[in-house]
Amino acid sequence: MAGATQHDTLWQRITIAVPYLWLLVFFLLPFAIILKISLADPIIAQPPFTPSFDQHGDLAITADNFLFLLTDKLYAVTYLKSVLLAAAATILSLALGFPIAYGIARSSPATRSLLLLLIILPFWISFLLRVYAWMGLLNNHGVINNSLLWLGLIDQPIQMMYTDFAVFIGLTYSYLPFLVLPVYATLERMDEDLVEAALDLGASRTRAFWDITWPLARPGVIAGCLLVFIPAMGEYVIPYLLGGPDALLIGRVLFDEFYVNRDWPLASAVAVMLLLLLVVPIVFLQRSQTRETGAA
Amino acid sequence: MTDTANPLIRIAGLSKSFGDFVAVDDIHLDIGRSELFSILGGSGCGKSTLLRMLAGFETPSAGKVEIDGIDVTHLPPYERPVNMMFQSYAVFPHMNVEKNIAYGLRKDRVGKHEIARRVDDMLELVQLGDFRQRKTDQLSGGQLQRVALARALIKRPKVLLLDEPLAALDKKLRERTQFELMNIQDELGITFVVVTHDQEEAMTLSSRIAVMNEGRFLQVGEPKEIYEYPCNRFVANFIGTINTFEGTVASVDPDGISIQCEELGSTLRAVGDYAVAVGQAVGVAVRPEKIFISRSEPEDLYDARLRGIVDDQGYLGNLSLYRVRLESGKMIQVSSQNRRRSSKRFVEWDDEIWISWQPLSAVVLVD
Amino acid sequence: MQKRSLFILSTLAFGYAFLYIPLISVVIYSFNDSNLATIWGGFSTRWYGELFRNDQILDAMFLSLRIAATAATLATVLGTMAGLLLARFGNFRGRTVFSGMITSPLVMPEVITGLSLLLLFVSLKQYFGWPDQRGFGTITIAHTTFAMAYVAVIVRSRLAAMDESLEEAAMDLGGRPFRVVFDITLPLIAPAMIAGWLLAFTLSLDDLVIASFVSGPGASTLPMYIFSKVKLGVTPDINALASIFILIVSTGLLIAWATLRKSRIR
Repeated sequence: MAGATQHDTLWQRITIAVPYLWLLVFFLLPFAIILKISLADPIIAQPPFTPSFDQHGDLAITADNFLFLLTDKLYAVTYLKSVLLAAAATILSLALGFPIAYGIARSSPATRSLLLLLIILPFWISFLLRVYAWMGLLNNHGVINNSLLWLGLIDQPIQMMYTDFAVFIGLTYSYLPFLVLPVYATLERMDEDLVEAALDLGASRTRAFWDITWPLARPGVIAGCLLVFIPAMGEYVIPYLLGGPDALLIGRVLFDEFYVNRDWPLASAVAVMLLLLLVVPIVFLQRSQTRETGAA
Repeated sequence: MTDTANPLIRIAGLSKSFGDFVAVDDIHLDIGRSELFSILGGSGCGKSTLLRMLAGFETPSAGKVEIDGIDVTHLPPYERPVNMMFQSYAVFPHMNVEKNIAYGLRKDRVGKHEIARRVDDMLELVQLGDFRQRKTDQLSGGQLQRVALARALIKRPKVLLLDEPLAALDKKLRERTQFELMNIQDELGITFVVVTHDQEEAMTLSSRIAVMNEGRFLQVGEPKEIYEYPCNRFVANFIGTINTFEGTVASVDPDGISIQCEELGSTLRAVGDYAVAVGQAVGVAVRPEKIFISRSEPEDLYDARLRGIVDDQGYLGNLSLYRVRLESGKMIQVSSQNRRRSSKRFVEWDDEIWISWQPLSAVVLVD
Repeated sequence: MQKRSLFILSTLAFGYAFLYIPLISVVIYSFNDSNLATIWGGFSTRWYGELFRNDQILDAMFLSLRIAATAATLATVLGTMAGLLLARFGNFRGRTVFSGMITSPLVMPEVITGLSLLLLFVSLKQYFGWPDQRGFGTITIAHTTFAMAYVAVIVRSRLAAMDESLEEAAMDLGGRPFRVVFDITLPLIAPAMIAGWLLAFTLSLDDLVIASFVSGPGASTLPMYIFSKVKLGVTPDINALASIFILIVSTGLLIAWATLRKSRIR
């Protein structure tokens, strides 16, 4: 619509201005505020933080919150643990999700659409309720323990609820579809003849997989892994419901810092740190996605 | 043919660049009333950009466009007396045939009865009377093309722009549609500007052709003129097949010129008025069908006469094609009509033969 | 393929079991008569009855549905505008910033979005006296903001796949850009807009974290209510609620799938 660029500018301006302003006010401005508050000191007042400028109009900001986060061992452990758990969940999702995506992509069209539907279906059911479902499974008196006891494999229940293991399973379960879908998309687009050509040229099935399928599926794998890792890092509900009191992941620490300790500046600093930690994977993801759409 | 004092379209110094890339480079052109004008060129030559500037989808970087004496350079597409038939046809998929055709009149707030009447006329013109209620996904490619044509013609534009009008059709349909387009143009007297990469299409359809390359017009003229008298190597090679020999001008006289041709080791004659100087490097071009093959030495002394061996030959039904290796080693193409019905070949592979052509058939290419 | 397919088949089976066993077990236990959710006490439908007598759940559900419908509608309008902007307006000024802003909510952790919006609302109240209280309005704004990103992505990819000469043809025939959007563009991207609305609706209905941040006292959405209950452990009426969710979503999707399939075969 190059012609439209010169004409009917009022209509065009409205289309630009409305969503633009909305995002400026409700997306960018909030971040500015978070950043501002993360540089303030907590006080007992309403709102509970010091203003950025003192009564003389001088800049009054402090990096104390960030210094605290960087030096306090508890927070270092929290960040590390969040990264490790999110990474573990990503790896398990890939180990499980890739064969599923491969299986779907190589099945007949009719089965394929049903299998895909079954991958998407849980996504439309409340996230909270899906996590909740695992509470009933992992409980000391839950389905898994009861079945194992009944089978006589164990004498007393295994403690699974309120452990890191439960968080790990919960994360994998919740975000698995996000990995399957992009991987499926790349595999489905791939020409099956390529693998047959490799076989025809003397490659074994395994060789053909690693030489042809895997490299071609890599964009989908990268996107899928990031789509699991990024939200898993900031997850709040899963560690809260399935994890023990020591399952302190960043998301939960942020929430507690804000609501339990009412330390707004520190909570904001935690958010800023989390964002910094995620900037690299997020930019990576957006790059790979623009490349995808650009190529298509 | 062109009414030069009063052209319908006047393009003056028109240019368009995208960043550093110059898509259309300083085009000047007049197109007369009721012309069927083709812009011919390969992909990326700038022909589509030029057409889009006429339609109003691109704003020129420089220059201006006048239609019927009115400067339209900065008019938006919806205010130009011009309509376009798109390469993809762009038939609206959520409207039936009738609604598609009526769209332009509805936007102009034409009365209901008037719209109905003119839609009927258009449906008749493109022979789609039985399809008026059809959804577009129930139409064939040829029918879609006619819907697009009717839709563009219903507003009685002064100019109809056609972007590769036949490219999406198969070969048989293309030939038929070509003549239908010409008949409709003739009947309505609307100026057509066609963009195409297909030289055959341009040759049959057009009253005039512009050959375009790298954003510039290389030659503008009637199909015959472009074919018989290409003005440079690009045009000569782009339209049809041609044999070219490199040489230098040996002498210039009132009848024509003589060219000393090193690669043949002989002198060639070309008849015509060429602005060349003795010693200038030029090319001599001869179309394959202008060359005669004979078993014995041709008699006419003015003709170019060369000896060669038949390297390859192909039978095409109406024509036979020969590749002849000249004594100098150069390969040339010759074609001849198969006038007589015979199962015997006129010449065989590796036969020694003579080829010849008249000086009138040779074209001198300066650049 | 043949050798591999056993491995593939077993991971497929395992994967789908992993996805569905938790859901199936919730449905089974929702018919458990026992008060202790984990011990089987015979078949009963009493928890479903209790669910519909529980005013708190019904209130929360009603609030959630109102928020979801409003936010999805707003998000569809704004997201469609944003999608048009990105796909059709070429290089307008501030494009890079805009496309960054529109896609970021897709990957932003909920805790950050929630916290930042809460701090915004608090500051706005401090300086402008608005929003007076947090609840329906603030949650709707928050949900609109992140859901419009999803709508924009869907609409944009639909527009990218659409032949731009359709819109050019309409303009060529005398349609002004504003009219062309309503005559041609919107009817053709309507399926994408509907899909975007449904997705936005579901996302809004599903959200706990952002709503918890930007909500105020007294305004409790359904997920917030469920969370406050399940924090303390498994409860039988939530099993029933989850089963109803599962039933609605599965039938809805299966019907959509069946009709889609039928239309494709035709």
